[in-house]
Amino acid sequence: MSTDLIAARQTDVIDEFALFDDWMDKYEHLIELGKDVPAIDTGRKTDEHLIKGCQSRVWLAADAEADGTVRFTADSDAIITKGLVGLMVRVLSGAEARAIAEADLHFLDAIGLHQHLSPTRSNGLASMVKQMRLYAAALAARQA
Amino acid sequence: MGRPGLNLYFAERFRLKMANSTLPERIRRDFPILDRSVHGKPLVYLDNAASAQKPLAVIEGQREYLANYHANIHRGAHHLAQLATEAYEGTRGKIADHIGAGSTEEIIFTAGSTDAVNLVTQSWGRANLSAGDTVLVTRMEHHANIVPWQMVCAEKGAEVVPVDVQEDGTLDLEDFARKLERHQPKLVGVVHASNTLGTINPVAELCAAARTAGAVTLVDGSQALPHLTIDVAAIGCDFYVATGHKAYGPTGIGFLWGRRDLLDAMPPWRGGGEMIRSVSFDGTTYNDLPHKFEAGTPHISGGIALGIALDWMNGVGLDTIHAHESALVQHAHQALQTLPGMRIIGTAPEKVGVVSLVVDGLHPYDLGTLLDGQGIAVRTGHHCTEPLMAHFGLESGTLRMSFAAYTTREEIDRAVIALERAMRMLS
Repeated sequence: MSTDLIAARQTDVIDEFALFDDWMDKYEHLIELGKDVPAIDTGRKTDEHLIKGCQSRVWLAADAEADGTVRFTADSDAIITKGLVGLMVRVLSGAEARAIAEADLHFLDAIGLHQHLSPTRSNGLASMVKQMRLYAAALAARQA
Repeated sequence: MGRPGLNLYFAERFRLKMANSTLPERIRRDFPILDRSVHGKPLVYLDNAASAQKPLAVIEGQREYLANYHANIHRGAHHLAQLATEAYEGTRGKIADHIGAGSTEEIIFTAGSTDAVNLVTQSWGRANLSAGDTVLVTRMEHHANIVPWQMVCAEKGAEVVPVDVQEDGTLDLEDFARKLERHQPKLVGVVHASNTLGTINPVAELCAAARTAGAVTLVDGSQALPHLTIDVAAIGCDFYVATGHKAYGPTGIGFLWGRRDLLDAMPPWRGGGEMIRSVSFDGTTYNDLPHKFEAGTPHISGGIALGIALDWMNGVGLDTIHAHESALVQHAHQALQTLPGMRIIGTAPEKVGVVSLVVDGLHPYDLGTLLDGQGIAVRTGHHCTEPLMAHFGLESGTLRMSFAAYTTREEIDRAVIALERAMRMLS
């Protein structure tokens, strides 16, 4: 069920970005998204939730809900990273733990932003996705 | 067959055209990569302090070796081995000439500056440092001239102490003198030119003071080699390290120069082939300089091409390059200061082609990403100088533009316009 949810959300994001064919327009949109992201509770913007990238810092908090889904909130000190983090949260948050752990995340590739997931970008996004999956996998194992 | 009159006419016209042209106009054709585009925009490459692009002579020279005379060096009894050895050893001679070394035996090939510093820390450092000793470095050192010292000092119970940097990015000479006297360091490590600030340090003055205080000196010339004339005798240091790829040569090759008596007294660091005179289970003896420090098969193509890069730089002339880059720095400073909220980090009077900046309220990573989208390659972050960034209170580092001989004023103008656009998008 939840796998379909993630797939449908990825399609949404891809459709949304299809409106922009110019590189700069795409980033303009990402910046707008970054401004809108519901930031993580300031109380949770602590070292405990910090994913230290080389350049931009990312904070991620995960909460297991009673229905077996995971709720993510996240933030970054760089606005483009924040936009990307926001997209990742939009796609994965509220899905079932197992679906998150096993999700085939192809939307960044499809919208031409895959370079931000490469470890050389050092923006913390790749580490964040890894953390999201690890958290979900651990939760799914406990649920099983 | 020929029409000498006409040929002479064209030759003269060409000579005049070149004489009246700018440095980039004369040399940009040597760099094929500069013609490419990025994200549909013409490339403006301003990340030269991270690595410079390669002239055709270097690219071709490396290919020529691989295609025509590749063989392992020093030991083959055959023609190709001899050709390869001559070319590789030829570079050792060129390095020695280029930096004013007394002999080729004082030039040790390394993988780069980092490798060269590690050679000194692991060989000289482990043999000469002991509990309670101090290694004095500056707060503007690259991590490559901090961490290897921390590692050997941790092992020996010694301490690494930094000299302070002033607001304009120059070294605090009073603090240097004070710490030299207070700590009586065994070694003083100083960067010739800062990769983050561009500051050119008064290395001759610093080395003279260090020597008077009884310290051995190491100068990190990674950013100096592509920009400045280097004379180790005039500097008066004991060790000098540099890397090839920032000076138009290939990656994976650099060198350590050391004073002969120091190198002679130092134990080998890495063991293996090439570095031995004779091996037996009763006892192994080591080779003479420089081979004692060069275990294993080296980066032969890189070594050969580094020699070609030095020839290329000397053909252009380092005084010409430095004058060109100084004018670019001045131009960039003036152009950038027109932008709101702009702060240039590092305004020392003597700089190499490096301009670091921050914009109030904006993250360097965002700015760098939006410059990339406009075809402009810069570096953002702490530039492997975290203690320096912490000193300036710049947790997210800076955005750094760095120039080379082929950089034009127009490219800097394009970068400034792109930066203005990025700032508008982010605010």
